[in-house]
Amino acid sequence: MYSYSDFDEAFVRERAAQFRAQVARRIAGALTEDEFRPLRLMNGLYLQLHAYMLRVAIPYGTLNTRQMRQLAYIADTWDKGYGHFTTRQNIQFNWPKLPDVPDMIDALADVQMHAIQTSGNTIRNVTADHFAGAAADEIEDPRPVAELIRQWSTDHPEFQFLPRKFKIAVTGSPNDRAVTRAHDIGLRAQRDGRGRVGYEVIVGGGLGRTPMLGQVLRPFVAKADLLAYLEAIVATYNLMGRRDNKYKARIKITVFENGIEAFRDAVEERFAQIRPTFTGIDQTLLAGIEAAFAPPAFRDAPTEGYEAARARDGAFRAWTETNLTPHRQPGYAIVTISLKAHGTTPGDATSRQMRLIADLADDYGHGEIRISHEQNVILPHVRKADLHALYRALVPEGLGTANAGLLSDIIACPGMDYCALATARSIPVAQGIATHFRAAGLEHEIGRIRIKISGCINACGHHHVGHIGILGLDRAGVENYQITLGGDHTENAAIGEKIGPGFAYDEVVPAIDRLLRAYLELRLGPGETFIEAYRRLGPEPFRAALYPADAQADAA
Amino acid sequence: MSRRFSPKVITANALLEGDVVYLTADDRWSRRPSEAELIEDEAHAELRLLQAQRQAHLVVGAYLADAKAGPNGPEPVHFREVFRARGPSNYRHGKQEAMDV
Repeated sequence: MYSYSDFDEAFVRERAAQFRAQVARRIAGALTEDEFRPLRLMNGLYLQLHAYMLRVAIPYGTLNTRQMRQLAYIADTWDKGYGHFTTRQNIQFNWPKLPDVPDMIDALADVQMHAIQTSGNTIRNVTADHFAGAAADEIEDPRPVAELIRQWSTDHPEFQFLPRKFKIAVTGSPNDRAVTRAHDIGLRAQRDGRGRVGYEVIVGGGLGRTPMLGQVLRPFVAKADLLAYLEAIVATYNLMGRRDNKYKARIKITVFENGIEAFRDAVEERFAQIRPTFTGIDQTLLAGIEAAFAPPAFRDAPTEGYEAARARDGAFRAWTETNLTPHRQPGYAIVTISLKAHGTTPGDATSRQMRLIADLADDYGHGEIRISHEQNVILPHVRKADLHALYRALVPEGLGTANAGLLSDIIACPGMDYCALATARSIPVAQGIATHFRAAGLEHEIGRIRIKISGCINACGHHHVGHIGILGLDRAGVENYQITLGGDHTENAAIGEKIGPGFAYDEVVPAIDRLLRAYLELRLGPGETFIEAYRRLGPEPFRAALYPADAQADAA
Repeated sequence: MSRRFSPKVITANALLEGDVVYLTADDRWSRRPSEAELIEDEAHAELRLLQAQRQAHLVVGAYLADAKAGPNGPEPVHFREVFRARGPSNYRHGKQEAMDV
């Protein structure tokens, strides 16, 4: 994987030293909170409900094992022994104390990590397909382009005070696992007529209070033009985007209010101006980055042992059916390690779990780890011959749950258990749903489904693109949960529809139970997933299940 | 017609630890909501808030939160303040870890 250059190293160290001095001045009283707040946010430090929170970027979700062990060390030394992986491929520490944060930042710098631009109106951590470099359906590994964007966007002097935050996601596969249409810019690898790889550029997507799916700005941009084209987009937005109203400041509103054609014209004009100034240094850099992302030396290995283990170990077989994804290399698989054991907090990993994952990645996974936007950990390159040993090592530490892509594989934001912006809790709702359906024994029968929960309208939990979306609100001082149906986070992205009035906290699990039992009755067979049944039947039968009293009144 | 003033406490987060704190009648910042000064007069609330906001070397983001009198002192009213006074619901961390709440 990519390793910092001397320039990167010096930059991160300098920023760490600056922040240490800023924290010291705040504690000494030389800086007011109004002065300090933008400085701490530039370094990923928030003040939440109960404590400070440090948000650390995991660029394009890629970690090496040394970095994972360092995250465990940080969790043990300055936090409460765990970390929370987020939908933006970040990790959040929920309990740092202000005087300790400079030491945490130094410890991150020791393993080429930082928290720069994980907050503020800047280009945030670039996210990517978590199966990048391994997926069988991949056109190219999207991470070199993502790394190039990271280098370009980090401390970019023109883009430190954008109208609002700015998020870029990249996928190298036609199967979109990076939710590109819900980002300010989404990039999808494509081949042109001559077989050359470039990127489709999607702009103006976003969730939050005004959910919108991105639109294609250009169907194909050659890699040599990509960085200049991105710079033209962000520069256009920087000038055209609104600064008078925070809620209308995202690029999705800029594109919506001006129209995609006018926005495209402005981008193309800017692109024509600046393209000549990109003299090819970026392409030299990109070639070096691509070399750094060369795949590991895959080894041929017989897979008979794997098939034999599947035949004799039913729990292992169940896990292989849900938690493996086809690898492009024969004899290998992509492993999803679930951070969604029933009843636990989605996305949380203890320091002990982090160390085990690092050890197993070294033993069985060519030392590579990914964090998915779905809040799971991925070992992208595991020989099938090693899968049984891997599984048996995961199970005792609560990491062997066979639920990837199933009902309990829930995305949930921290919600009002931690977040100062939240209007209701998310985590206990996710815990309640997962444990309820396990007790009911229905999870495997229900099959593939995505439930996504946000604790406020900002939609960090991606509820709009959940097959079932749950949004926690504060209705007159009481937690209330709105349910949306029919969302989709893939290449067929769709925004879910609000189905009816919200539910009280205690009513959410029973409502989801009625909904999914109705699905089991309505589906054509086990082969028809929830989202397929919803698309075939429309919302009405599901609305009737959610609101049985209304349905009876209509019938009377 | 002005609405009747509902009782308040002044709360903030401690600068160093980030922990939730409450302003007491004798001008301390306490970790316990029950030790907060329950303010029942609007003019006094505004004055106390100004005094609290001047203590930026100790706390961050002081504000008035609705509260009610309980048997052991002020208690939060809104669920957000209940969580702030207790800690998260997924782990026994925060105030509930340190004291019996």
